[in-house]
This record gives sequence, structure tokens and C-alpha cells, in this order.
Amino acid sequence: MDTPVSVAVPAASTAPLVKVEGLRQCYSDGDHLVLDNVALTLCDNEIVALLGRSGCGKSTLLRIISGLMPATAGTVLIDGAPVSGPASQVAMVFQSFALFPWLTVLENVEIGLEAQGVDPDLRKKRALAAIDLIGLDGYESAYPKELSGGMRQRVGLARALVVHPKVLLMDEPFSALDVLTAETLRTDLLDLWCEGRMPISSILMVTHNIEEAVVMCDRILVFSSNPGRVVSEINVDLPQPRSRLDPNFRRLVDDIYALMTARPAGKPTREGVFPGTGILMVLPRISPNILAGLMETIAAEPYNGKADLPALAASLQMEIDDLFPAADTLQLFRFAEVAEGDIRLTDAGKRFVQADVDARKKLFSQYFLTYVPLAAHVKRVLDERAAHRAPASRFRDELEDHMSEEAAEQTLRSIISWARYGEAFAYDEDSGVFSLDNPT
Amino acid sequence: MITPIATRAERAHPLGLRPRALLPNFYDIVVFFMIAGLFVLLAHGAREMQAPLASLDVTPVTLDPANLPGYALLTTLRMFAAIIASLLFTFVVATLAAKSRKAELVIIPALDILQSVPVLGFLTFTVVFFMRLFPASELGAELAAIFAIFTAQAWNMAFSFYQSLRTVPADLDEVSRHFQLSPWLRFWRLEVPFAAPGLIWNTMMSMSGGWFFVVASEAVSVGNTTFKLPGIGSWLALAIEEKDIGAVALAVATMAAVILAYDQLVFRPIVAWADKFRFEQTAAQQRPQSWVYDIVRRAQLFKRIFALFDLLCARISAALPRQASISLPAMSSRVSRATDLLWIAVVFAAAAFALWHIVDYMRATLGPADVVHAFALGMLTLTRVVVLIAIASAIWVPISVWIGLRPWAAEKVQPLAQFLAAFPANVLFPIAVVAIVRLHLNPDVWLSPLMVLGTQWYIVFNVIAGASAFPTDLREASTLYQLRSWQWWREVMLPGIFPYYVTGALTASGGSWNASIVAEVASWGNTKLSAAGLGAFIAQATEAGDYPRVVLGIAVMSIMVVAFNRVLWRPLYRLAERRFRLN
Repeated sequence: MDTPVSVAVPAASTAPLVKVEGLRQCYSDGDHLVLDNVALTLCDNEIVALLGRSGCGKSTLLRIISGLMPATAGTVLIDGAPVSGPASQVAMVFQSFALFPWLTVLENVEIGLEAQGVDPDLRKKRALAAIDLIGLDGYESAYPKELSGGMRQRVGLARALVVHPKVLLMDEPFSALDVLTAETLRTDLLDLWCEGRMPISSILMVTHNIEEAVVMCDRILVFSSNPGRVVSEINVDLPQPRSRLDPNFRRLVDDIYALMTARPAGKPTREGVFPGTGILMVLPRISPNILAGLMETIAAEPYNGKADLPALAASLQMEIDDLFPAADTLQLFRFAEVAEGDIRLTDAGKRFVQADVDARKKLFSQYFLTYVPLAAHVKRVLDERAAHRAPASRFRDELEDHMSEEAAEQTLRSIISWARYGEAFAYDEDSGVFSLDNPT
Repeated sequence: MITPIATRAERAHPLGLRPRALLPNFYDIVVFFMIAGLFVLLAHGAREMQAPLASLDVTPVTLDPANLPGYALLTTLRMFAAIIASLLFTFVVATLAAKSRKAELVIIPALDILQSVPVLGFLTFTVVFFMRLFPASELGAELAAIFAIFTAQAWNMAFSFYQSLRTVPADLDEVSRHFQLSPWLRFWRLEVPFAAPGLIWNTMMSMSGGWFFVVASEAVSVGNTTFKLPGIGSWLALAIEEKDIGAVALAVATMAAVILAYDQLVFRPIVAWADKFRFEQTAAQQRPQSWVYDIVRRAQLFKRIFALFDLLCARISAALPRQASISLPAMSSRVSRATDLLWIAVVFAAAAFALWHIVDYMRATLGPADVVHAFALGMLTLTRVVVLIAIASAIWVPISVWIGLRPWAAEKVQPLAQFLAAFPANVLFPIAVVAIVRLHLNPDVWLSPLMVLGTQWYIVFNVIAGASAFPTDLREASTLYQLRSWQWWREVMLPGIFPYYVTGALTASGGSWNASIVAEVASWGNTKLSAAGLGAFIAQATEAGDYPRVVLGIAVMSIMVVAFNRVLWRPLYRLAERRFRLN
């Protein structure tokens, strides 16, 4: 069925659809700055990506624009009117799909119209049209749990389109899908967009997938982390459909990688990539096995100690959300250097790769205690105490004064996992106590 | 097990919109008779309930078997009246607690305590209260009985609903706010469905527990006030007075039939229906089955009734203001903390005032010696509960594990265990009492097992569920490494079923405390047996209309139950959650 769903006609005026200025966002006590002085505009008839690592505040920005979350400071205008509460000109697609498992596909799509008090008959007509448009016909009475991930996200899209928003907001819409499904959905969405069959004027999407941004978007805003800032704005002029093998496409991807791994200006130390400084650094949970595996891969053919990050990401099938924290952790340990889109093993890193299990652990422990400030701190406390024991809560309290509970927990868990691997110090789960005991 | 994903008719026409579907089919006829029957029963029951007190004197409860079906019906209706009241209570109070921090400060601890209070103790006060409220009618006694059942059911339901409201998934919450669902729509589209599995399970557990109380609360004498409401409980009380063992047997049989009908017609269909609210995003391999639910699902009549219901809801929804979110000006944290403190102060003042009143009231007739005496009796009852739960565990855990590991056995035994847990054990008490009297046994010892007679089944079916859910790969691994006997129990099975066992034992112990009020005193005709304990203390004080002693007994029992829960069960529960959860 080919029901056209009111084709969007680009407005004659050039007034931006969404305008964000001087936006700041702080968490809790105003200590931790998530977004700092962010400005962006979204005009008619364009797809714009917010690209950045996880934790750079890009999803927060999307929620502020949609009115789900108030900003600490700054203005958000949609159609020239300031946003205060959920805005009806925008509709959001969620990373986790966020479908109601107890409602059928049709009921899920209808929910936004039901909230608007649309007459049931009209509601159904519009919902069926949206379901048709997005390629879900035949699934109207299915429950989400019967569908595959790709089909679920189609429901999410239909639910957003059916309310005829001006702007479609997408929060990492394809990142919960497998590679193949994600590609199909991206292509279908682009087809609909290029043919002008979607009842929307613009799309603003959040992603951490560089290639995805280059494939889909007209403009890319690259975010830095801690705090989130727009560090660069890139216009993508490649004609649609875009081929990933096109040399221009590859060059653009490489440039963005370099941009995203550039050392933050004014932060000479290698610690700068994680939020917080010294013992208050928020550490990512990266398994020692990942670190070891990554070093081995970089040391081996064809990289021989120096790898191009996009190539590495492609061959390991890692998204930058997995790859960057691992690379940054290696950098923190001084096992590798990351710059200009490349990762290079240091001498210590090469020695690690060549060592046997015991020597690896010794080396790991040595660098762990030297370069991870919190680890050094825990070790110092354990050394100073007569019983060589200290409860984890002591450090947790210290961390929680300066970061969220989850961040503190994650940081402690990382320390525990790395300390266990290197046998730097012990942790007893039952009592929650650090010690210098070696389990016998 | 193969479960039909959809019936053929549904598959062919997803929305069931073909014209022929509007004609009645076979299932419609079946359901029509069921519904019509229900209406007749309801009408009959309601007329009986409203009869003025005078008619009670004219037609007192008799042991005529012809009356028994009618009594069973009335007992069931009381039960449903109570469950509806409990649901209303849950929706209002739990929602309030989840949405308002100040309400939460009071409601949640109150629910926690009320869960532990011996429900039967309430009867004393509520009977008097409701009789005064409706002096000329049987309604007072009816309401008192219904209220007693309500107090046995409402708290855990409210707790479950509250907890669900507090754990609504963040993304669905965002969707609801994003699409500006009105509070009404949000409640019915998001909050209630999300809470449904937990709430329904707790409601079903409450109903199972409720049969015990409906039997206990139909025939009550508080001091000079005595009433026997027509029902199985009164029939039983009369049979005991008249030493009619045949009538007792009939009551047991009737009760069994009622529970069976309840299980097939209510419990199972609802559990099968509620399966769609499970939050998991994957389809389960094994879905709960119910033949009644299958019939109802297939019947066109029901589809139309539900469609009508939906339409009604939509109308209400449309009529309500569609304001998305009430954006209150954000109070500074200092101000809100100050109002919280003020509120806590008010709550404390009210509590202190109440305490002062209670002490003042009890001091008139009771001294410190009475308090000590009550606590000593409480220790006796506590000993009974602990010993009996230990014995029941030692017997039932191995048996239940054996059953749970064999799917064919579990499939047969599990419904039986659930049936036995719902069966009101107090209906069986007279038989035990007859035995004790005939064999001249020591009541202090032999009345005790009655306390776990009905509650031990909670251990059984929870442990069976735990053993059934034990991961196959872990079982295979323990077989491969040839773990045997004690090591197998200690390192494989006991940790595996631990969370389930704790849930079952916790429920069983709570039920046993309640049962002590009925189990520690028993009579057969003029023979009265009693075991020394807090339950007997409360029961005797109730019968004598000695309110201060009743208050004292309930207070002491509540304190002991709460302490017992805090000291033993809660740490165990936390341990189970932290260490022994298998998924």
C-alpha cells in the first residue's frame, strides 16, 4: 500500500528549526560539567549528526532539545519558541527501542496519537499508514518480543513518524543492532528521506559510529569529552548514495578519527582523556584480557607496533565506544601512545607482548601502581596500615565526594579487576576489604 | 512444550474484523452460561448479605447439607469483596507512596509493620467498630469479616505495586514523557502493565492466604458480641460445637471443591493472561496454560466486551485534562529538606500521641508483670515457629528438590502444593483435635504442628520452583565432576535453591505466627484444649472481650515478628539476592 504521509515541503524561510545557544549542563553539585557552551543550529531539510565518544554528553544534549531534561544554562529554541517541557514538534527514536512489551505493534505506534487525543478511527488510519511506510505491514498485531531487533527499531521509527514531527531525533538508533540489520535499516531510512516520503523536515541523530555519520549526514558536529564541546563542524558534500569504498569517503573517516584522537589542547599529560584528575579519575571497565589482546594485535602483522585506528576498528569489529576506552587505558598505562588516528605501542607495551604470563603480570602491576593514581593511593594506604587492610568503602566515600555513585563503583571495579590481574593487591568480595594478602 | 502463538483464526485476520466474526461461536455459548451463572450467584449472594440482623436469628446457620453450597458461595463472595477492596487500596495508597515523598515516609514503614501484625487480632476491634457503624443490619458483621480478610491481603500487594512503580524502566518513562501521556494514560499504559506480573502474583498469594482468614472470621465472638455469618467458617464452628465429625468432613470436601474451582477458574486464567505483561523482551519457551483462558480468548463475546471496555477507557481518557506534566517550580533542596523535617516531626508527634494513649489505656488494668508474661508466652510461640519451620524444612527441602529436578513429577506435584497452600488448614483442625482428645496427647506439644499445617506448602512449592529452574549446565557439570551426597547438597543444590527457600520459609513463618492465634486454642464440643503461648493469650483475651490484653498481645506479637524478620529473614534475603541469584 502506498499511502503518502503528507510530504514535507521545505519552508521558504531560512529560520533554523532548532537553535541551541550557550548551553551548559552540570550534574549534581555543579561539580561535574557535562556540556559546556554548546551551540548548534538545525535547518530545514538536513540530517545532522552529533558525533562523540560515550560520556561526552551528546545524548544529554538530545534530551535537552526534546524537552525531557532542563538545561543548567543556555537557550534552546524550536521554531523560534523556547523549549520548556516535552516539545510536540520533535519525536525521538531510542537506542533501546523503548517499546511497550504489552502493547502490539499497532498499539505502540498509536500511543503518541492517543496521548494527543486523536479520534480512534483517524488514529488507526494514521498508524497503519506509518506502519506501511516503514515496511512493517503484516506485523500490526505482533508483540515486540516476537520481533527481531531491526523490526523493533522500525516500530520505534513508525511511532516517532506518526505524530508528524518537524524534527526527528535519533539517539544511537542503530547501535543495538547487528551490523547487517543496522545497514539495511540505514539504507531504508535514507531511501525514504531522499524520496521525501517521511513527514519530517530534518533529522538530528546522535552516534558514536564515525562511518554511520559519514554515510547518512549532511553535517557532522564532533564533540570532545569532559566536558562536552563542539570541537569541529564538518560538511559532508559527498553525493547520496555514498559508497564506503570511495577514497573521498575513506579520507573523511580518517580525518574524523584523527580529530577525535587529537590530544586535548592545554592538557599535556596523558591522563586528560578520562574525566577527573589524579585519584579522582573516572576509569573505564576494561578487562585485562582486552588490553593484552589489543597489544598483541597491534604488535603482530600487519601493524608491527603501529596501527591505524579505523583499520583496527574494522578488523576487530569494534565500535569506537569499545576501542577508544581500551586505547586510552593502554595510554594511561604507558603501554601505547594514541595520536592523529594512530595507536603506537611503547617499549613497555612491546616488552609486555613478548613476556610470559608471570612477567606480564609483574610488568602490568608495576605500571598499574606507577601510572594509575588511585592504585598507587590504595597501595600506599595498605602499606601504611599495620594490618595491611582497608575497606573499599573508605575509597568509595572519597570518590563519591567528587563523582556519581555509578562512576565511583565503576572506577573501584576497574581498580579491583586490574589489581587482581597484576596481583598488586587483593580484594575480598564478601567483606569488601582490600589487603596485601595473597590467597593461598 | 508447544504453545500456539496465535489461533488460526487470529492469524488469518489479525484484527478479527471480518463480519462473520460478529456471529456467536461455540465458545460464546460456553462463556455465556458461565457469565449468566455468575450473575445469578452474585444476585443471590448480594441479597443474602443485605438481610437485616433479625433474619439472622430466624434462619441461623444449620448443619443441613443442602445449605452448604450456598454457604460456600457466600464465603467466596466475601473473599472477592476483600480482594477488590485490596486492589483499590493498592492502586491508591501505593501510587501515593510512589509519587509523594512525604506520603512515602509514612506509608512504607506502615506497610512493613502491618505485614507483620497478626491479622486475626484485628477482628476484635473491627467487629466492634463495624457493628456500631451499622447496628441494625448484618452489614456490620459482613464488613468486619471482609475487613479482616482485607487486612490479610492488602499489604504485600501494595508493597509489590509500589516497588514496581519505583522501578519503571527509564526508557519507557522517557517515552511516556516525550509523547506527553496524561497521568491517566501513563497509569494504564505504562505503570499498571509493568507492575502487573508482580501485583498479580502477590494478589494470587494473598487470595490463597485469604481462605484461612475468611474461615476464621465468619464465626466470631468478642465478649458479648457473637455472630455467625452464613458461610463455611460458621458451618465448621457449629460442627465443632455439636461434635459432628461428618459435618466437618463435608466442610473439608466443600472447601476442597471451592479451592479447586478457584484455582481453575480464577488463578490459572489470570496467570496465563498476565504472561503478556512480563517485561522480558524475548518470548518464553514455556508459557503458563489455562483451558479457561483459552476459551475466553477464543470467544468473540469477550473480544467485544474488552473492546467496549477499551472504548470506555478512551472516553474517560479523552475527558480528562491532557496536561502532560505539572512542572512545579523546583524547590531549592534546602527548602524541601526543611519541609521534610517538618513533616517527620509531625509524624513523630502523632505517633507519640498515639503511644501515650495506648499506654494510658493499658495502664488502667495491666502492670509490668503482664507485659513480661506476654513476652514469655511470645518466646514459647517463637520457639514453636522456629522448631516447626526447621522440621518442615528438613523434611520438605530434600523431597521438593527431588521433585523439582524431575519435570514430570514437578508438573504433577506443583499444582497440588499450590492447592494445599491455599487450602485453609483451620478446616482440618477439628480432626486433629479429635485425635488429641481421643489419644490423650499433650496439647502443648501436639497442637503445635497445626501452626505449620497450612504454611509448610509455601516451602514446598517455592523449593520445587527453585529446583526446576536450576540451570541444566550446572547440573551437568556437577554430574561430570562426580559431586556426590553432602558436597552436592552443600555446593550445588542448597545455594541454587537458597533464594527460593528463603522466600518460602519467610512466607511460611509469617503464616505460622498468624495461625498460632487459631492453632494454640482448639475445642471439640465442650472440651477445650489450649497450649501455652502468645496465640492462645490473644485468642482467650478476645473471647473474654478483654481489650487491653488483646492490645498487649498483638503489640507483643507484632514486635516479635518484626524483630524476627529484621534479625533473621531480611539478612538472609539480602544474602540470597547478592550471592545466590543465578541470573
